Amino acid sequence: MRQPDGSSALLTTKLDAMLAWARKNSLWPLPFGTACCAIEFMSTVSSHYDLARFGAEVVRFSPRQSDMMIVAGTITDKMAPVVKRIYDQMAEPKYVVSMGACACTGGFYRAYHVVQGVDEFIPVDVYVPGCPPTPEALIGGILKLQQLIQSGETQYDRLKA
Amino acid sequence: MTVSKPDTLAPNPLAKFLPGHEELSVTTATDGFTEITADRSRVIQVLRALRDRPELDCNLLLDVCGVDYPKNEHRFEVVYHLTSLEKGHRVRVRVPIDEDDPRVPTACGIWKAADWFEREAWDLMGIRFDGHPNLRRILTHEAFQGHALRKDYDPEKRWVLTEAETFVPDWVTEPDDEGEFETQIINIGPSHPATHGTLRIVVRLDGEVITKAECEIGYLHRCFEKMSETHGWGEVIPYTDRLNYCSSMINGVGYALAVEHMLGIEAPPRAQVVRVILSEFSRIMDHAVCLGAALVDVGALTNFWYFFQPREEIYTLLESCAGGRLTVSYARIGGLAQEVPADFEEQVRYLLGYIPKFVNDVDKLVTTNRIFRGRTEGVGALSAEEALAWGWTGPCLRACGVPYDLRRARPYLGYENYEFDVPVASTGDSYARYLVRLEEIRQSLRIIEQAINHLPDGPVITDNHHVALPPKSKVYTEMEALIWHFKLIYEGIKVPAGSAYLATEGANGELGYYLISDGGGKPYRIKVRPPCFAIFQAYPHMLEGHLVADAIAILSSLNIIAGELDR
Repeated sequence: MRQPDGSSALLTTKLDAMLAWARKNSLWPLPFGTACCAIEFMSTVSSHYDLARFGAEVVRFSPRQSDMMIVAGTITDKMAPVVKRIYDQMAEPKYVVSMGACACTGGFYRAYHVVQGVDEFIPVDVYVPGCPPTPEALIGGILKLQQLIQSGETQYDRLKA
Repeated sequence: MTVSKPDTLAPNPLAKFLPGHEELSVTTATDGFTEITADRSRVIQVLRALRDRPELDCNLLLDVCGVDYPKNEHRFEVVYHLTSLEKGHRVRVRVPIDEDDPRVPTACGIWKAADWFEREAWDLMGIRFDGHPNLRRILTHEAFQGHALRKDYDPEKRWVLTEAETFVPDWVTEPDDEGEFETQIINIGPSHPATHGTLRIVVRLDGEVITKAECEIGYLHRCFEKMSETHGWGEVIPYTDRLNYCSSMINGVGYALAVEHMLGIEAPPRAQVVRVILSEFSRIMDHAVCLGAALVDVGALTNFWYFFQPREEIYTLLESCAGGRLTVSYARIGGLAQEVPADFEEQVRYLLGYIPKFVNDVDKLVTTNRIFRGRTEGVGALSAEEALAWGWTGPCLRACGVPYDLRRARPYLGYENYEFDVPVASTGDSYARYLVRLEEIRQSLRIIEQAINHLPDGPVITDNHHVALPPKSKVYTEMEALIWHFKLIYEGIKVPAGSAYLATEGANGELGYYLISDGGGKPYRIKVRPPCFAIFQAYPHMLEGHLVADAIAILSSLNIIAGELDR
């Protein structure tokens, strides 16, 4: 910080706050894309919407290298064990964005083979409504997650405390 | 679309070529199909004759499905849909069977395509196919109990699958002592970037060469057909959007056309032309996703951005028409949901000028690129006979040299009035599929240009109020319109009892809807004939002898869309 007389001064903060600031601005998404929402996720990371503006463009398909799982699409009972396994494999701290009506609640598939919301078996931080949500809505969800990370209110923070 | 009048009294011209036709019921159905009802002891004989007699020549098996009629004497019915590409006729074979012994002999020995269709009928309807090489569940999971499409199955009854129960092929544990070296088993997917999220392939590798492969699907089985039985005819349209979500407009239009056919109505001319324009734009988007993703999978990332930019512009058009970008739900039975925006023509003309640049850029970058050609030429090649035996249609079949395109072969929506070429390649490999899709984008632009030049004025939805809601202004002012509105909302569209199979050219091939109505406000049964399903079942057989890296190049060139594959 620059003082009025031109000399510099230190900025003090808590280590937790600094870590949270770093984490929220370098989220590495793991797109668990299964259906229509995955196509909108592709639009979100493409040139037009450019998720890089929010520091979350480094898409990784390995759970070991990512900290934000975006569940984009319908999760069926057949897929559920796979989602759980991949979530378990992610290194902590980890966050989950549930993208779209199906991942949030099963959507309009109230049916014999569809999980009625991924929060049946993994903790979810942000629910993004829409069928599918527009890229703007997904970006809005990621910004919301950034706020939660900064204020220490994510599911991960809660489970740790 | 012209509606053929029922003509069941005239003798069917194909009947005399069938073995023992005196004892078979052979009629001409209202949807133009030759309908044969056969006993199960005769079915293989009949099916074989249908394929082998040169006068019948049904070389393409479109679909096999089961139907449940709990109140009938014979509870189940197995329905085969066939067509002859040369002769153009279409045949439906119906086989009634009893509840206590739901078995029919398999048709796998006649058409390879029967394999997965029969497995699906077993999985969802519980019909056994005697002699089938691998009759296990296909769409639902391993711990699933019962058969979901039977009428007595509760649509919401779920079963939990644990990780320990997930499918592993038998041959994984078998010792393989054919080769000199030890082989290795690799599982690819379902969560793998190249499998687009929901496909799973288990392969056995000898070095880097695949010696055996098996696919597992159903990871996105979200019960479209059961859901459609619990909703009204009009409410099914949003579900159709989510079949092939890369080109949702085409699905909705295909469904609306099929229902309109059963109702004996036609959408107004303006709606038909708008449907053509938006369907062709959807085809362009679908091909753009396929090509963009396929090029990413072989390491050419730039093209992905080149293809996604024009997609965004098409989305803008769809959004201004329908309000949604991806899943538009714009088609309605009898027309369209609403009038197109005032600047529709301007937007379409802008896109016609905008898209070719990106297509040409990709063409210049990729088509003669040595690396790309090295990765795709001769990779995943299939002969025309093989492709037909597997039930392929669409760009993948045309890449094998068969010029079969429903827009040309059985025109609908006035496609006979447009000038366009059906691009065909000869080699049937991944490179040929790339070339065909790229050229189809250009042909679609040609169709759109002709359509926008002749966009008629007029309403976009039928004024038949048994089908379409009256305009709001009338609902608020006229008693009769209010009653129509009320009846239609409460009771839904009443489709006359009967059945029809109607197909349109989807982005991946023949997208057929087999609809059965009992005259009520809800569909009795809807069977979708998804083009991907037939295409993907050939995939494990295409892999043998290829490198594991080629498996990815082949998969992405087939453009398997899970929503449509698993429904």
